[in-house]
Amino acid sequence: MLAQQFVNAISLGGVYALFALGFTLIFGVLNVVNLAHGAIFMLGAYTALQAVVLLKFPLALAMGAAIFVTGAAGWLLDRLIFAPLRARQAPHLAPMIATIGVAISLNSTIQGIFGAENLRFPVHGLAAEGLQFGGVQVTGLEIQIILLALILMAVLLWWLKHTRMGCALRALAESRKASALLGIDVEGLFRMTSVIAALLGGVAGVLIALYTNAVFPQMGQPMLHKGIAVVILGGMGDIRGALLGGFFLGCAEVFSVAYIGSTMRDAVAFGLLFAILLIRPQGLFGKAAERRA
Amino acid sequence: MSMQPTRVLFGALMALGYFSSLAAAQIKIGVAEALTGNAAQYGVPIRKGFELAVSEINGSGGINGQKIELVVEDEQGKKEEAINVFKKLIFQDKVLMLFGPTLSNSAQASDPVAQGAKVVVFGTSNTADGITSIGNYVFRNSVTEADILPVTLKVAAQKTGLKKVAVLYGNDDIFTKSGYDNFKKALETLKIPVTTTETFAKGDVDFKPQLTKIKSSHADAIVMSALVAEGAPAMVQARQLGIALPFIGGNGMNSPKVFDLAKDNSDNLWVGSPWSSENPAAENKRFIAAYQKVYSALPDQFAAQAYDAVYIVAQALKKVKLSGKLDDDRIALRNALPAAQIAGATGPFKFRQVKDKHGKPAGYDAVQTAIVMMTKGNQYVIQK
Repeated sequence: MLAQQFVNAISLGGVYALFALGFTLIFGVLNVVNLAHGAIFMLGAYTALQAVVLLKFPLALAMGAAIFVTGAAGWLLDRLIFAPLRARQAPHLAPMIATIGVAISLNSTIQGIFGAENLRFPVHGLAAEGLQFGGVQVTGLEIQIILLALILMAVLLWWLKHTRMGCALRALAESRKASALLGIDVEGLFRMTSVIAALLGGVAGVLIALYTNAVFPQMGQPMLHKGIAVVILGGMGDIRGALLGGFFLGCAEVFSVAYIGSTMRDAVAFGLLFAILLIRPQGLFGKAAERRA
Repeated sequence: MSMQPTRVLFGALMALGYFSSLAAAQIKIGVAEALTGNAAQYGVPIRKGFELAVSEINGSGGINGQKIELVVEDEQGKKEEAINVFKKLIFQDKVLMLFGPTLSNSAQASDPVAQGAKVVVFGTSNTADGITSIGNYVFRNSVTEADILPVTLKVAAQKTGLKKVAVLYGNDDIFTKSGYDNFKKALETLKIPVTTTETFAKGDVDFKPQLTKIKSSHADAIVMSALVAEGAPAMVQARQLGIALPFIGGNGMNSPKVFDLAKDNSDNLWVGSPWSSENPAAENKRFIAAYQKVYSALPDQFAAQAYDAVYIVAQALKKVKLSGKLDDDRIALRNALPAAQIAGATGPFKFRQVKDKHGKPAGYDAVQTAIVMMTKGNQYVIQK
């Protein structure tokens, strides 16, 4: 049982980490707590589902459609909300509250079109089959989620460290004013970050919908709550932190079910989180002086 | 548009005469169901069930020569609206009795209105505890989970030979929690030991930790009180973990949506239901055929229970001599109804009186045997 629960914990952690990547990126660069990230995640799942059901797309192409739509949503989000608020130097809370509005509108719209009931992807193949490794059951999809979370994190880290654009982004995260003085296209970078964060959310939505067999308008809400916890635990805006925080929360949840009891799951997992933050308020990877991205 | 005054008068007189002569020959029954809003998914088939039965009865000459007239109102699945509609039907439309409302929540609020006015209120879809204990004018033919779950468990235990079970339920939802309480009671009565009790919360999507624990507890079956939204993914994940155990579910899992949401992993789920499309009884076959002919769609449990309810009332009305004095007729119907018995689309039916919280005799619940079904190859197969 221990080995199986460990696998359960890692794949659940992968799910949380995948969701948290986009969430933490947008915080690190734009300094916005994007509460619409759950809705974007849901949008990705619905887009891919409709592409598969209505347009008869293969799954890979449907994933492309989800990336496109959520990327566009990220672009719009920045163009219509974050950019105007930046331009007017709105206080910190304004963009966060605005994203609550975006989330509710998106959820209601999707619910209006597709109804409140659960839907699922009709495609089935290797991904959902259980594979056995020495008494431990894993699905192909779980392995994909874990690998993808790791790969995406590695790519993001590499890109931030070794490309000019990544350098610019880190500079931007450090100081917006200085970056602008250095001739960096600040607005363009902000917009690009919003797009990348959103499409990461979209990818997570599709994979997690496949993994959990459930697509519904509110699917982003519980994920958002966990995502916030993961990101705070890992250190706001830190990409390695998102991954580690995700795995930590996954382990905390799974092992509290396994050894304490499922009624106590959230109490134990979030109690632990609280305890860690008391000791390390900046999160696992956060630096006290708030250097992000 | 202008009309001759005399013609208007004549028309009005005609209309008055026509309606009053008709009213004398008709039995007015109020229908208060949720026809819009979320609960309309139940209210609309309920209305269709009523209308089908009424048109059949009227088509074959009515009751003692009198036709039934339904006065239909939309209570929108809301408490306040149910109270309003009840008042309108009772005091303004002066119906002999009422069917409805759709949801138990609304019934809690509106049934006391009917009780106070001494008018029979007959629910066809209220399954919560404590509805019929409101008073002796409250009737229902909806079978509660407290009646169904023990039967489901018993049949599943007999057929699968299970010795011990694991329990999985949603602990933050009133419906799934009360289903769990009923399962727990039934397990104690049947002396079936529980290896482990696991919970989940509404909106959960990952059940693997709980299922892994259940797997290692060596249970013979999983008793699950869940709605399809969580229950179906839980079944899929159980099969992915290599758990082939039977699932025994409550009314929340009794939905064809299981075949969609747990496609190819939906086998071996046991549920009990007051009605099944697979039930080969002649009354049921006739009902399904008639429903399909009129509405070009398959009926569901809610339509079947509404359809039967009209026949139950018709049975009682045959024995009542209506005097034309509304208050007396309402009481006469109330006194005749408890003895009504029929064999309907949902099987043989009769009433039993329940007690209120002070132990005094109150309203009437259904006495009806649940049909236990098991899923196989993406459909329900009757087990008993």
